[in-house]
Amino acid sequence: MKVRTIKVDQLARVEGEGALRVVARDGVVQSAELNIFEPPRFFEAFLRDRMFTEAPDITARICGICPVAYQMSAVHAMENALGVVVDGPLRELRRLIYCGEWIESHTLHVYMLHAPDFLGYEGAIEMARDHADIVRRGLDLKKVGNSIIALLGGREIHPINVRVGGFYRTPRKRELQPLAEDLKRARDQALATVRWTAGFDFPDVDRDYEFVALRGDGEYPFSDGRIASNRGLDISAVEYDEHFEESQVEHSTALHAHLKARGPYLTGPLARYALNSASLSPLAREAAQEAGLERVCANPFRSIIIRAVEVLYACDEALRIIDEYEEPERPAIEIEPRASTGFAATEAPRGMLYHRYQLNADGKIADARIVPPTSQNQPSIEEDLKTFATAWLDLPDEALRHRCEQTIRNHDPCISCATHFLRLEIDRGG
Amino acid sequence: MARIRPKLALWKFASCDGCQLSLLDCEDELLTVAGEVEIAYFLEATRATVEGPYDLSLVEGSVTTPHDAMRIQEIRKKSRLLMTIGACATSGGIQALRNFADVREYAAIVYARPDYIQTLATSTAIAEHVKVDFELRGCPISTRQLVEVISAFLAGRKPQTPPHSVCVECKIAGNLCVMVGHGTPCLGPVTHAGCGALCPSYNRGCYGCYGPMETPNAPSLSAWLSKLGMDDDALKRVYRTFNANADAFRKESERHEG
Repeated sequence: MKVRTIKVDQLARVEGEGALRVVARDGVVQSAELNIFEPPRFFEAFLRDRMFTEAPDITARICGICPVAYQMSAVHAMENALGVVVDGPLRELRRLIYCGEWIESHTLHVYMLHAPDFLGYEGAIEMARDHADIVRRGLDLKKVGNSIIALLGGREIHPINVRVGGFYRTPRKRELQPLAEDLKRARDQALATVRWTAGFDFPDVDRDYEFVALRGDGEYPFSDGRIASNRGLDISAVEYDEHFEESQVEHSTALHAHLKARGPYLTGPLARYALNSASLSPLAREAAQEAGLERVCANPFRSIIIRAVEVLYACDEALRIIDEYEEPERPAIEIEPRASTGFAATEAPRGMLYHRYQLNADGKIADARIVPPTSQNQPSIEEDLKTFATAWLDLPDEALRHRCEQTIRNHDPCISCATHFLRLEIDRGG
Repeated sequence: MARIRPKLALWKFASCDGCQLSLLDCEDELLTVAGEVEIAYFLEATRATVEGPYDLSLVEGSVTTPHDAMRIQEIRKKSRLLMTIGACATSGGIQALRNFADVREYAAIVYARPDYIQTLATSTAIAEHVKVDFELRGCPISTRQLVEVISAFLAGRKPQTPPHSVCVECKIAGNLCVMVGHGTPCLGPVTHAGCGALCPSYNRGCYGCYGPMETPNAPSLSAWLSKLGMDDDALKRVYRTFNANADAFRKESERHEG
């Protein structure tokens, strides 16, 4: 029997620390394990006995790339617990800051982490030696996303202005106007990004995913909507625990999430697009069509085009919000605590992020549960590797290793988030 | 003849990646910096790595596993200068809340099989393990200060990062004092400058994410905070966030332990 093992000891261009081990026997991949060895930080444990108002600042620290997602899931879960709905201009401002995070995080992934794989570079800095204008366009676009977060949130990473009930301070209409000028430029850059990524060479592969994402009510989802799938799942966040479960595997400090009795599923751009493409802005819909995307895309390598389409959408949506913005009467709704349980799922750039909190009568957190996107996607990433790598076993080790890394990067895994993630090892036998 | 550029390495320990992301967030300066230094080890940005020794190592994150406690020793040996970036590397970070609890209980809350988890009972700053040449504060660090630290390194001078309190930054920004003006509790008087008085500029009190300033008088601030209605438990919690294990904040939180 011929056995071949391929290992990647430290995966690069992903957020956090992980490794990969693929074992092949007689030309067939037997197993693919994504080892997450990011040290655990125990957020759910030390959230206990903190006030409900502290959760947005504390959970932001789970991830430096998507802190807004953590803040949004936290505030929505608390508001769900305490029976408050934040609507009107405050809801619009929350969508606006989420637009900023999608632009910043997706552009980082498209230009700095993922595109070098398609163009044959080790990273964006090496890519900039031959494609300086393209990398500068990416940095410029990313900066516009960051400036939205900085204006609304106070700073790009771990914003300080988000609170349960709303914000500490809301912007004047005239403060938002300069962003609109930047966003018009960013929208052109985003359109150019869709066209640029659509021209890459993609392996011709498909997977039969169960896509899980929020389904917005006529709008592309950030924080509202029902949790839906292409196989008939249609639930509210309150019902999440009845339908999903997490299990622990020895090779990972990240838990693995499954749909009960159904198995792995996929969240993130492919899933959001599959369930919500009709709700994109006209410009983003046209760009997707021009890029050759059908209404559903099941080739994970093409996720880079969908991220670019979502950046375009986020620019359009941000412009709409700024244009229609009316200053709210007060920056936040005051909320009184009570014994309760709250649930929320929102769409982090890399996938759905679920929070559940149980509160005591004095507002202190009795129990917290956080299911990050990468925990949910990790079983599907391993399935991708098992499915695709058999066809690549004729490649020499270095090329095969690179292909496997790319397969993981397709899903923009956020390892720091999930630990609570990569080395690559391929065992081919012989 | 090609110029020999200094080698820069970026190392990650237990953290959220936010501080190393700050380097990628220097959108206007990134390509200039990449022209001035050889980015020799920065896995978040590139697969290409260059062997040490390194002229400047930037370290993000805290030490929380036996393996990491050994790894930092190896990194120190191959680094001419070693600087820590951010609250995790400088004080142990939010994950140092375990230092006040039983880490086995923590693991049991999060994991069904805590026995699979290898972790130390404490989360500690890099300086508790090896000599550190410079510490940059903040959760997260400020990109402006990061550019200053790298520029200072390239020029061979000491970085300019004032050790005074956030109060001084509020005065410079012309903010109304949130404590005097609105009775909003604020850690500004004991917190290290660097953020530009961000929270007070957004009508909220400072929550201490840059850690303690030089020689803070935390007991005096706590007396004022209790007059504003904070009880011992609230005082304990306010010092126990992203710099909970920084000496001045740790001691002050322990004074309010019930």
